[in-house]
Amino acid sequence: MRIHLFIACYNDTLFPRTGMAVVNLLERLGHEVVFPTSQTCCGQMHYNTGYHAEALPIVRKLLHEFLDAETIVVPSASCVAMMRDHYELMAHNANDLHMMGDVKSFLPRVFEFSELITDKLGLTDVGAYFPHRVTYHPSCHSLRLLNVGDRPVRLLQGVEGLQYTPMEGSDQCCGFGGTFAVKNAEVSSAMLADKIGCVKKSNAEFVAALDNSCLMQIDGGLHRELGSRDRIRPVHLAEILNSTRKNPLTAESLAWEGATA
Amino acid sequence: MTVRVGHTAEKPAFPILAHELLQDDQTRRNVRHATNVIRNKRALRVEEMPDWQDLRTAAHAIKTHTLLHLPHYLEEFERNCIRAGGQVHWARDADEANTIAIRLIRKAAARLAVEHPEVIKVKTMTSDEIGMNRALEREGITPWETDLADMIVQMGKDEPSHIVVPALHKNRHQVRELFLQNMGLTELGTEAEDLTGAARHYLRKKFLEVGIGISGANFAIAETGSVCVVESEGNGRMCVTMPKTLITLIGIEKVIPKFDDLEVFLQLLPRSATGERMNPYNSIWTGVTPGDGPEQFHVILLDNGRTRMMANVRERETLNCIRCGACLNQCPVYRETGGHAYGSIYSGPIGAILSPQLNGMKYSRSLPYASSLCGACYEVCPVKINIPETLIHLRGKIVEQDQNTLAGKLSQESMGMKMAAHLFEHPKQYEAAQRLARTGQGLFEKDGQLVNLPGMAAGWTQYRDLRALPKQSFREWWKRNRTNRGDGSNWSGNE
Amino acid sequence: MSDDARFTVLDTIRRQLAADPDVETLIDDSPEEAYARIPRTYQRTAKLNREETLELFYDRLRDYDSELVFTDEAGIANAVAQAMREANESLLLVPAGVPQEWLPQNDIEVRRDFDLPLQPLEEPRVVLTPCTVAIAMSGTIILEHSDEQGRRAATLLPDHHICVLWRDQVVETIAEALQRITHRTSPITTIAGPSATSDIEMTRIRGVHGPRRLTAIIL
Repeated sequence: MRIHLFIACYNDTLFPRTGMAVVNLLERLGHEVVFPTSQTCCGQMHYNTGYHAEALPIVRKLLHEFLDAETIVVPSASCVAMMRDHYELMAHNANDLHMMGDVKSFLPRVFEFSELITDKLGLTDVGAYFPHRVTYHPSCHSLRLLNVGDRPVRLLQGVEGLQYTPMEGSDQCCGFGGTFAVKNAEVSSAMLADKIGCVKKSNAEFVAALDNSCLMQIDGGLHRELGSRDRIRPVHLAEILNSTRKNPLTAESLAWEGATA
Repeated sequence: MTVRVGHTAEKPAFPILAHELLQDDQTRRNVRHATNVIRNKRALRVEEMPDWQDLRTAAHAIKTHTLLHLPHYLEEFERNCIRAGGQVHWARDADEANTIAIRLIRKAAARLAVEHPEVIKVKTMTSDEIGMNRALEREGITPWETDLADMIVQMGKDEPSHIVVPALHKNRHQVRELFLQNMGLTELGTEAEDLTGAARHYLRKKFLEVGIGISGANFAIAETGSVCVVESEGNGRMCVTMPKTLITLIGIEKVIPKFDDLEVFLQLLPRSATGERMNPYNSIWTGVTPGDGPEQFHVILLDNGRTRMMANVRERETLNCIRCGACLNQCPVYRETGGHAYGSIYSGPIGAILSPQLNGMKYSRSLPYASSLCGACYEVCPVKINIPETLIHLRGKIVEQDQNTLAGKLSQESMGMKMAAHLFEHPKQYEAAQRLARTGQGLFEKDGQLVNLPGMAAGWTQYRDLRALPKQSFREWWKRNRTNRGDGSNWSGNE
Repeated sequence: MSDDARFTVLDTIRRQLAADPDVETLIDDSPEEAYARIPRTYQRTAKLNREETLELFYDRLRDYDSELVFTDEAGIANAVAQAMREANESLLLVPAGVPQEWLPQNDIEVRRDFDLPLQPLEEPRVVLTPCTVAIAMSGTIILEHSDEQGRRAATLLPDHHICVLWRDQVVETIAEALQRITHRTSPITTIAGPSATSDIEMTRIRGVHGPRRLTAIIL
């Protein structure tokens, strides 16, 4: 299969390893990955903060770039939620029939990463190897807007050697919320404190999620509290699924200090 | 017309109020405990209903339908209420509603030959919205709140902090103090039973003696001209039955088409609000019934900003609200701060959309941003108000307003957003900015993290650590390790 | 003044609805037709059989700490007398239309509510009435204003309500119950357990205002 990758602006800049993992994994499974290099952003940051006019050209550009893509994978549930929930509305409000047509053709071709693996590729075992205790944080977008259900957990359970341990209070927001994290930084961090409490209680070595935004929030809190000490490591699901016996994912590679990626 | 929504015009923004409340451990504990209890009860009661989602869908449809035909249903309600002996008044704003109420109270007091008019009140947030108590007191009328929590709030000269449990910020020792002072008691136990018993005794006298009652309404039924009050304590029954004159204040959005529609709402509301299959008492009455209840019944239909919300689907949908408070109990933001952080009697997720809209987006402007858009509220809303979408819609209105002012256009956020938009539209410049950020971060980098960031980013690093930008972006890796083609057909397969 | 307000409010709503470009597609028929199309896929009829319905109802009443007495019409007076003895009460309030046969002949002073003024009305601590219908799912009894069920104050002021109920008055769902209410513009009260509050530290306390005890005499 020929799969186009929309990396998401924040993954591109801050979490390239997630993109690398997606590419390596899909290629290992025998697929071809295409990366349209002019891509930038899905428009979520602007749209959700209220800058609707500014978001419009960003969205049009993306639709144009992926016109010919048969299958599009996005390792960011919040970006996919943005597309499914708002692109049609934006076209409607802009009275743009042409854009509406593009959106309607675009949406069925888009898959959030875990959706791609389970629904499009029909797999729960991708031949991954990761002998560690892993818990899972369902990001609000994936939980409530995309309704990914138990796909991510089934994928984790399909990993050789992986011990899945559920997390208490998992359906509670980590407090990131996009610009909310800085516009209401104090409340955001109070919510984060609650989430970190649950994360620690899970006794896992790694906490996985479909969104690096949540993981950035959680990691930011854990690092503030525990620094470089031995602690639970937040990591995107794709990076775990990309871990193999031959090329295992290590906690060291996720350390902040002396990062090489 | 001057719309008034409680004290929203005078209150500071959410982040400022939240800051204070986040230091208040007592309140935070109370809020957490209260919301946990109701949330869990609600979950149990909802789980046992296999048709819960069908009920929500029906409720949303009924409300949507009603609002689209609101003039029709308001007129029908008015007609039927008058036919049954009620009197219907209309108020465009808070002041008009209070003026009408005061006039009616004076007339009733004259009939009762009472010199200093008193009124007994059953819980109505709508009366808090219009500042009724203050308006009455200014005219020498004494309002007595008879809901236990509202009584506590009134005695404490305080503000309600939750839609359904307004005094949850007070513990029983604080309540005991207030009762001792205000009920003229010399001794009083400390258990909740003692306090409730004291309230029962104290209020019974008022119920039997005060001849004027004021209530709100949960539903106004157009088909029959009936009014329905949903409650738990029994003070509602007292206030709508015992006085000779009853004045009921109803927001125009409370109307529902037919009597049978109660079968939907009376299943959704108690389970959502207090986690009960049915609340103890519902009173449904129409106009005046000789020999049973008040001899004079007045309805004041209130606009106070609601008509502002009729021109857009998201805004109309906000008016679906049946004031159950389930969104507050589910909200991870409310859970941290409690209701006072919102600076409005309408707090939590519903407050964040209702308060600014009633105010015509003039006040409560910080509230649409007091949310991480997690969507937990929408999941539990019995009338399916898409609160997250409405928050984004309102953020759009706020940004649009701000862009029309110089200060708004030139704010740090606005400039930053415009710059980011520009970069997102111009990939080469975007890539250059990525590279620049990486070079520039050296100033702030220490041991793999960024410290002391300026501007808005400081909000992040004040509470959390921020990892330094990685040495290469994804696209740089792609260009170095995969053949660069936007529409490629071959690939190298290297790691 | 109120006429101006009335006109302004209604007119503003109409203009606002007209200003929404999407509304045109939403309002394309009369209110009656549109109302009829509202999807109602929730439960509106009984799923349980009669026995299950009754058992459920009794369970719910017991949850509310209500007393249940099972008897026949001839046994009502005795059941009432018994309930009053246990409650240590001797003064009974009844609405004007309650049948004489229901009333104990000895030891109990019966006060009929023939438009009683407040003081004699609020003195009795026990009241006896029938009801209109009861809902099993939530343990709710529904009273309407009538000669037998009386005015609302009669079942509000006393501390103990004795309610006579026929088995066939019990239905499973609220939808069925509302169908049984024929005088929809008469004052109606639904009662599900004694009054309660959780306003003080979320501790649920029963019996704030209104009767704290319910005895259901079931025929």
